[in-house]
Amino acid sequence: MKLTINGTTHEFEAAANMPLLWALRDILDIKGPKFGCGVSACGACTVLINGEPVRSCTYNVSDVEGEVTTIEGLPINGKLHAVQQAWLKHQVPQCGYCQSGQIMAAVALLNTISNPTDTDIDDAMTNLCRCGTYPKIKAAIKDAAAMLEVNR
Amino acid sequence: MSRLGTITRRSFMGLGVAATGGLAVGYYFYTKPFPNPLIAMAAEGDAVFNPYVKIAADNTITIIAPRAEMGQGVHTTLAALVAEELDVSLDQVNVEHGLPGKAYYNEAMMVEGGPFPFFDEGFMAEATRGSMKVVSKFLALQMTGGSSATIDAFVKMREAGCAARLVLVAAAAEHWGVDAGTLRTSGGVITNHVNNETLTYGEISEAAAQLEPPSKLPLRPRSEWKTLGKSQPRVEGLDKVTGGRIFGIDVQLPDMLYGTVKISPRFGVGAVSVDKNAALKVAGVLDIIDIESTTGSGFGIIAENTWAAFQGADALEVEWATPDYPANTDGMKSMLDIAMATNSDFTLGKVGNVEKEFNNTDSENFFGAVYDAPYLAHTTMEPMNATAHFKDGKLEMWIGTQGPGLAQSTCAALLGIKTEDVTVNTTRMGGGFGRRGEVDVPLYAAAMAAKTGGRPIKVTWSREEDMRHDTYRPIATAQFRASLTDDGDITGLDVDIASPSILTSLLGRTFPSIPAGGTEKIVLEGAFDQPSTIPNRRYQAHIVDLPVPIGFWRSVGNSFNGFFQESFIDEVAHVSGKDPLEFRLSMMNDEEHRPAREVLKKVAKMANWGGSLPAGKGQGIAHALSFGTWVAQVVQVDVTDDVVKIEKVWCAADLGLVLDPDNVKAQMMSGIVYGLSQALGQEITFSDHEVEQYNFYDFDAMRMHQCPEIVVELLENSHRMGGAGEPGTPPSTPALANAIYASTGKRIRSMPLSHAIDFA
Ligand code: FES
Ligand code: FES
Repeated sequence: MKLTINGTTHEFEAAANMPLLWALRDILDIKGPKFGCGVSACGACTVLINGEPVRSCTYNVSDVEGEVTTIEGLPINGKLHAVQQAWLKHQVPQCGYCQSGQIMAAVALLNTISNPTDTDIDDAMTNLCRCGTYPKIKAAIKDAAAMLEVNR
Repeated sequence: MSRLGTITRRSFMGLGVAATGGLAVGYYFYTKPFPNPLIAMAAEGDAVFNPYVKIAADNTITIIAPRAEMGQGVHTTLAALVAEELDVSLDQVNVEHGLPGKAYYNEAMMVEGGPFPFFDEGFMAEATRGSMKVVSKFLALQMTGGSSATIDAFVKMREAGCAARLVLVAAAAEHWGVDAGTLRTSGGVITNHVNNETLTYGEISEAAAQLEPPSKLPLRPRSEWKTLGKSQPRVEGLDKVTGGRIFGIDVQLPDMLYGTVKISPRFGVGAVSVDKNAALKVAGVLDIIDIESTTGSGFGIIAENTWAAFQGADALEVEWATPDYPANTDGMKSMLDIAMATNSDFTLGKVGNVEKEFNNTDSENFFGAVYDAPYLAHTTMEPMNATAHFKDGKLEMWIGTQGPGLAQSTCAALLGIKTEDVTVNTTRMGGGFGRRGEVDVPLYAAAMAAKTGGRPIKVTWSREEDMRHDTYRPIATAQFRASLTDDGDITGLDVDIASPSILTSLLGRTFPSIPAGGTEKIVLEGAFDQPSTIPNRRYQAHIVDLPVPIGFWRSVGNSFNGFFQESFIDEVAHVSGKDPLEFRLSMMNDEEHRPAREVLKKVAKMANWGGSLPAGKGQGIAHALSFGTWVAQVVQVDVTDDVVKIEKVWCAADLGLVLDPDNVKAQMMSGIVYGLSQALGQEITFSDHEVEQYNFYDFDAMRMHQCPEIVVELLENSHRMGGAGEPGTPPSTPALANAIYASTGKRIRSMPLSHAIDFA
């Protein structure tokens, strides 16, 4: 099996029905995407495939066509993505376990809607956070949108 | 002799001062010289100052924060205590959890005082200490002091930083031949203003570690704090925005196997028959072992990867035995009703004479109500997991645990090895909420590690396994009765609460040989211990014998009693035609209840309580004192077309002393979301003796679109420190129920509220 992840091509053996999440975590040792539910119900495992957010726990690795981006692939030349910077500025994470998925979902949102309203955020950000960081996530997304606007 | 050799020998000799190895300071000094765990971990060239501080020659400063970081920011705040007195900034230090060590137990041990001599380090003594550490929080001692990592550490970790700084300065003074008083420290550098020379801590650390700190450690007054009292960025913040490999589930070892468990979904019984054939045929499944333990029986699936293990568990065909507890929730509820109808097991918070007062009250002046709350799961975001490596008679584990010492001793007992042959590496945790102190997770991993031929194994539970094998927040029901004056004031309050006993459940699965029973404050906490001037009061506990495993769930007994009592007070206020805020204030005095009055008044002001609201909107108020922290909240709802939208929550909290304002506010926010999540539909129910819920699709929590705007303000009227992680939870649910009443006139007395009304 051959996959391009964060710009690097990986060749590996995996059962065709293995979810992408477990291929990433257990076979390729890419630990950014987290396991939370295994049934597309929490979003902790969110990665991008060709820029689209995907819950990798229910996406067969053999079905992947195109480039996979995990949170490890967000920084460019060591510089954090605007969303990551905004997350730090607002001190969003508590336990942090959901945050890889939240950040990937936020990146995907800002890729499609550059200046999201509260309703846009509510609609796009369906990931679960048991620590209840939602108000900070919302604030950080708006800040990241502003940062990206400046750089545009 | 090598430096490390000297250190170890000296510290074993029990000297207060241990050469290069470690200065025994602070609490470590005035009790007994436990071995300093940092000495064993120290690399060549590291100077170890005490169990909390290690400084390398290159000025790398490491602070040990020996408490579980599960999202509450404890590593940052504990490190800040040391950094403040060491005179370094937080971004200059590394923060580590460290290995379990008796040095880190110490004060808790003194407080807990199990029935064992101080020098007894046998399994039972250690096990009891471990359990008492958890248990003590909920016994009488909690009432006087509250309990939390920060309160525990407040003096001793500042002293550790202070002691280290004083010997560094003393060594520098010796080096320059000047008086220590002439030297200044800042940012890990010592400056001699006479000759304008500087020394980093690292440059002088070896010499400094030879010196003994003074017995009196002059801690900085609050007015001089540079780090404490100010909001700090999380020390592990960068890891948490970059997908860092910091959680137990991220552990990766050479030659590692993967596994999962399939434990009996019926509590207290095991398999009648099993067919492993189909499971063993799953590609990647290597072996299936039997697991027998005090926490559950079932099977461990050993595989080449986690996915294969999960599939193996699904394919494993097991017939489970039938237990003798009721098959469904209704049967369990009737056990609560029966307990309620029989004599109470114990009474707390008795004031005046309720019976006499009730006899003297006219029947029309009585008001009563019955409330109930279901079993709840913790559902930490990171499912339960542990990695274990058993080789040559020694076990090493990597686990996100709230009780590393307990994991160590119970796993040693399971494998029949010595406690010191078990090493526990505590990872960061994707949520804890009380779940991660349980020993089931390490026990199963240890049992599986014994069957891998010496290879390490990471055991990850599926979400379904996690949901169906929790130590649940107990089911509970309460009867409140009040006698009122003609003016509607309460003259007598009689409260009966029925619930199973958490301590009985905990001891049964953790230390089956220790008998449980007696007074368990948990059942009544959040009710009997609240600020009140009602002249006649009584709180009676009715303990129900149900073997469903129950445990500590964020705010514990307060999580249901807060809902019951603060709903009832609100009901009486409305029956009496009084404003719910004024009514509460009228039942609190101005002395010891002052923090409660102040947070109530503050939150009312924040929410513009009593102001006019558009139709459909309503506000509810509640107060709860838990873990030493006084918290008042106002919830505002909008109810349109019979659908409730939780719009806004205002929260005023008084912890006495705030060490990190933003972090405390974040904890309040988190506690509120955790609390409100219950109301939206959480409940663990039973049929066929098994939990009916599996995953987030049938046991969900609040999501972004349901989350209200939350505003938190902090007061400091209380003269004692309180905790931060839990006290935000108890007032949230009654404030919500009270708001729904204010908006709709509908009183909901049963959790989850979603049974009676829809939420957006
Ligand atoms: S783990 Fe994929 S959505 Fe929860
Ligand atoms: S930060 Fe803990 S689950 Fe989101």
